[in-house]
Amino acid sequence: MKLQEVKKILDEQGVERTITRITHEILEKNKGTEHLILIGIERGGAILAERFRSKIREIENVTVPKGSLDITLYRDDLGESNSQPLMRGTHMEFDITGKKVILVDDVLYTGRTVRSALDALIDFGRPKWVQLAVMVDRGHRELPIRADYVGKNIPTALDEEVAVRLKEKDGLDEVCIMRKTG
Amino acid sequence: MNGEKATVMEEPLVETNVNWTRKDLLGLKDLSREEIELILKTAESLKEVSTRSIKKVPTLRGKTVVNFFVEPSTRTRASFELAEKRLSADSLNFSGSSSSIMKGETLKDTAKNIEALQVDLIVIRHPSSGAPHRLAEYVKPGIVNAGDGTNEHPTQALLDMFTLKEKKGKIEGMKVSFIGDILHSRVARSNIWGLTKLGAKVTVCGPKTLIPYDIEKLGVHKTYNVEEAVKDADAINLLRIQLERQNEPFFPSLGEYAMGFGIDAKMLQKAKKDVIIMHPGPANRGVELTSEVADGPNSVILEQVTNGLAVRMAVLYLLSLVR
Repeated sequence: MKLQEVKKILDEQGVERTITRITHEILEKNKGTEHLILIGIERGGAILAERFRSKIREIENVTVPKGSLDITLYRDDLGESNSQPLMRGTHMEFDITGKKVILVDDVLYTGRTVRSALDALIDFGRPKWVQLAVMVDRGHRELPIRADYVGKNIPTALDEEVAVRLKEKDGLDEVCIMRKTG
Repeated sequence: MNGEKATVMEEPLVETNVNWTRKDLLGLKDLSREEIELILKTAESLKEVSTRSIKKVPTLRGKTVVNFFVEPSTRTRASFELAEKRLSADSLNFSGSSSSIMKGETLKDTAKNIEALQVDLIVIRHPSSGAPHRLAEYVKPGIVNAGDGTNEHPTQALLDMFTLKEKKGKIEGMKVSFIGDILHSRVARSNIWGLTKLGAKVTVCGPKTLIPYDIEKLGVHKTYNVEEAVKDADAINLLRIQLERQNEPFFPSLGEYAMGFGIDAKMLQKAKKDVIIMHPGPANRGVELTSEVADGPNSVILEQVTNGLAVRMAVLYLLSLVR
C-alpha cells in the first residue's frame, strides 16, 4: 500500500506552537504540576509526552514524572490485523495511584488504542483522574471516548491517514494528511 | 521540505517488524536469524509484566493451551504454565504417567482427542525425537516443542541466548562453551543452531564418548580439554550428565567425570573474570559444577529461570498471532 501526501496541516513551527498551547492548557486545567504525571502511548505519544515534559520544565521549572505504555498486549484484534506492531515495552517506574494522569497519543481515531491504554493503565493502580491529550483528532470514533486537549481537529475520509511526524523518529516535525493509492 | 508537494511513502504508517508467520515452534534449526531476534526482542518487552504488582496482561484471554508432558519436567512445565497464566490463557495439563498413553493410546489418537477439545496451542515434551514435528502434521493447533528426545529444546536455548544478550549486550562474536554430555543434549543442539545463526562462536567439550564425532559439521569447535573450553569463553553452559538416557557406560563413574570435566573454583580462575556460568537445570552439584561455582558471582543460573518465563510468554504470544 502506498500513501500519497495530500495536505500539510502543520509545519515545524506549527507543531511547536501546538505543543506550547496544549502544555499551557494542561497546567491551567490542573492548576500547576502537583501530582501530575505524563504517560505516552508508544511510539508517537511517548515522544510527545517527553515534549510536553520539557515544555512544562521551561514554564514551571518542574520536572514531572513520565511513563510510556506499549498497548500491544491489550489490543482487541490479536491475530486479525495484517501488520504486527513492534513491541517497545512499557515503562512505569512509579505508582500512579492518586495521581493526575495525562495520557498522550499522536492521533485519536477509532478510540480503540485509548481504550487499550486505559485498561493497561488501570493495571498499574488507581489514578485520581485520567485526561487525554492528542496532537490530532481525526474523527470516526467507534467507542465513547473524547480528548481533553486537542492540537488540531482534522476531518478526514476513511481512505486517508494522518501522519504525525516527529524529529525523534522521522527527522522532522510536521502533520500531514495522506491518501492511500493503489 | 516546505516547498515540496506530493511525496510518496512506501511503508505503512504503522511501524512493523519481521512478520511472524509460523504456527509452530519446533526447533531453532528451522528459524531464521530475524525470527530468533524477534522472539528475543518480544521477550524483552514481556519481561516487564512480571515486575508489576498485578503480574498479568489480557493478551491471550479466551485461548486454551494444553501442556502435554509425556516426559517428566518440573521447571519447564512450571515456566510454561506461569507464562500462560501471565498472558491470561486457560491451561490444561496432561502428563505421561496419568494419561491414556499408559493404557496404550497412540500419540496421534491422543493428539486428535486434544484437538477435539478446541484448543489453540499444544506445548509438548516427549522422549522421542521428532514427536512434536509429527504432531504438527496431525493437528491444527500450534505446537510448541518443550523438548523432544535428544533433538531440540528451543525455548531453553532461547532463554540461554536471552540471558547471554542481557548480560553481555550482544550475541554476535561471543564465545560460548558447552561442557558435558553433548551427545544426549537437546539443549546443546538447539543452542548450537541458534547461536551460530546469530554469529556466536561455539565450543563443545566433554568426554570423547559423549561428543558426536562429526559435530564440527554444525559449525562448532570441539575439544576434549576443559581448560581450552574455559579459557577464552564469555559464557560457559554446563550440561547435566543425563543418566536416564545412558544405557551403556560412557565413563567409569560420576566421580571420575567430576574430576575430569566438573567446574570448580580453581578451574574458574582460568576463565575470564566476567565469564557467565549457565546451567539448564536440574544441576547435579558436585558433578558438573561445585556449589561454590553454582552459587558464586559468575553464576546466572537463577536469572535463566526468570528469563525463561519471558521467553515462553514471547513464544506463546507470537504463535497466537498466526491463525
